Amino acid sequence: MENQEKLDEFQARIDAGEKIEPKDWMPERYRQQLIRMMSQHAHSEIVGMLPEGNWIERAPSLKRKLVLLAKVQDEAGHGLYLYSATETLGIDRSELVDQYLYGSAKYSSIFNYPTMTYADICAIGWLVDGAAIVNQTMLARSSYGPYSRANVRICKEESFHKKQGYEMLGKMASGTPEQQKMAQDSVNRWWWPSLMMFGPHDSDSPNSAELIKWQVKLKTNDELRQHFVDRMVMEAEAIGVTIPDPDLEYNEETGHWNFGDIPWDEFWNVVKGNGVMNRERMKARRAAHENGEWVREAANAYAHKKKLQQEKAS
Amino acid sequence: MTTETKEISKKEAFLTYLLRLADDRLILGQRMSEWCGHGPQLEEDLAMANMALDLIGHATALYEYAAEIEDKGHDEDYFAYFRDDRDFVNLQLCELPKGDFGFTIARQFLFSAFSYFQYERLKDAKDEQFSGMISKHLKEIKYHLRHSREWVLRLGDGTEESNKRTQESFDELWMYLGELFHMDEVDELMIKEGLGVDSTKFKEDWKKLVEDTLIEATLTVPDWDQFMMSGSRKGIHTEHLGHMLAQMQFLRRSHPDAEWK
Amino acid sequence: MSDNNSNKDNWPLWEVFTQPKSGKPHEHAGSLHAADKEMALQNARDTYARRNEGVSIWVVESKHITASTPEDMGPFFDPANDKPYRHPQFYSVPRAVKKRS
Repeated sequence: MENQEKLDEFQARIDAGEKIEPKDWMPERYRQQLIRMMSQHAHSEIVGMLPEGNWIERAPSLKRKLVLLAKVQDEAGHGLYLYSATETLGIDRSELVDQYLYGSAKYSSIFNYPTMTYADICAIGWLVDGAAIVNQTMLARSSYGPYSRANVRICKEESFHKKQGYEMLGKMASGTPEQQKMAQDSVNRWWWPSLMMFGPHDSDSPNSAELIKWQVKLKTNDELRQHFVDRMVMEAEAIGVTIPDPDLEYNEETGHWNFGDIPWDEFWNVVKGNGVMNRERMKARRAAHENGEWVREAANAYAHKKKLQQEKAS
Repeated sequence: MTTETKEISKKEAFLTYLLRLADDRLILGQRMSEWCGHGPQLEEDLAMANMALDLIGHATALYEYAAEIEDKGHDEDYFAYFRDDRDFVNLQLCELPKGDFGFTIARQFLFSAFSYFQYERLKDAKDEQFSGMISKHLKEIKYHLRHSREWVLRLGDGTEESNKRTQESFDELWMYLGELFHMDEVDELMIKEGLGVDSTKFKEDWKKLVEDTLIEATLTVPDWDQFMMSGSRKGIHTEHLGHMLAQMQFLRRSHPDAEWK
Repeated sequence: MSDNNSNKDNWPLWEVFTQPKSGKPHEHAGSLHAADKEMALQNARDTYARRNEGVSIWVVESKHITASTPEDMGPFFDPANDKPYRHPQFYSVPRAVKKRS
């Protein structure tokens, strides 16, 4: 029943800045694109718990242990908000989870890189959360109501995520020689992957135009990336770390920072599953899911028994 | 002269008393935090992280106060990162590997129930800073008890598999429960000074809560008269603790002069 | 929506409402999965109130909520548009009284 009239009506609502709510009519393609994008966002939050979780037990002070644990916990919460928002589109969370654990659904490739030193935790907070905030601030104005609301909540909670990483990276960058070395090394390894988080160039991004037409996204990958680079250059300077890009140069004309070529071969290689940690991440998530099956079954069985007992009693 | 000796020993006893409470919580919280990202369901991942945050938070506050009482210029991190296995005085119960979800829940329930009765009495301790801290933490302990107790009911009275797994966990944990009620000269002095609690006073209440819960969960209460482990309050531990400390402390100890806060 | 409980390890969906402080109404905070009401309440506490966001929580299994549909929108809400007398702005009040209120 997707006649042109309905599509035009839908587009008019979008153009007028109206939010689309779960029960509203929407093009099937809009629904599918949202499910793909939102669930991918949710999977990323969940897989994203692993590289950082890797350092909870080894965090170098009680304060940093608490901070990291609270941050990784937030990521579980954000995954949960996003799954919930996706479920309003008529798909169950368990189906979405199956799609990435045993199917072809994707999550952000950034989480397939290893966290080898504690400085990586700081660099992730600064760069990866920094990039995520740029993205999510935009998504908080997305045309789909539940997705927009989930991102509003996420942005509110994530404001400390970037700050804690940036703060500690700054301390390391001006700390002992070993700390300084660790800090710079982590920036060297996380810089380019964090630029890749915004996705391929607009010219190579088949979904972009459609998502912008429907105001699911409000800005293109390249626009967001540029915004991120401009900000990070300033922040890097403030704490004394060097961005590993010899082509970084201020462009007087545009008022933006020019940057070098992104190593896309590496990006696609990691997307294809060849990152250092791809297999480990999936293994860990599958193990959690499968080892939890008896627990989830027990809770259901108990609920069922109690219900029967109650029905009998009344 | 005699008063002075007595004062020192009170101070030492109080320090030890605080460290015992703190070590229990840090070590158990560290174990609980291992679940982060690996829970049986997203919702439970959040719940377990919350409990880990509470436990490590309580430990941090207790270490901070211990540092104050000790008065040697140490901070809370000193106690967590720069003491060795033999210095740790946590219960062996807390250091055992996390096991499956049923094991983690069974242990949390037993420990939270104990903490609940202990803190209910400690909150009247004759030291404002200490009792204030205890009252604050008690609220969170009540929630841990509620959450873990509800899970014991569900796992015990869930499926055949969950019942079997949970029963095995309680059976395995049982011999580590004797230590909960061991009392030594530190406890005695603390009780005398109005700073500690006599755990034998609430042992029956605790046992009743545990037994009632297990029975409601269709589990069998293991034999209370079996052999019970002891020694952790004197720094005797299973081999598991050493591995945990090696992991927890390595970065901090590799760079002891660096700023890590 | 179907009752997606056919799967043995799949928990039903619940809606969570939190009251930010006493005196304020409960607001929809989000949803979650739980096997029963006690766990739904605890999960809601751990998920939607871990930053002191609430003093009270309601949970209700999603399938028990009856919602209006977009088709209802006209007949449900449009009639209110031509009944200005339901709003206080419809009435005039002497200037002096207005200032004091």
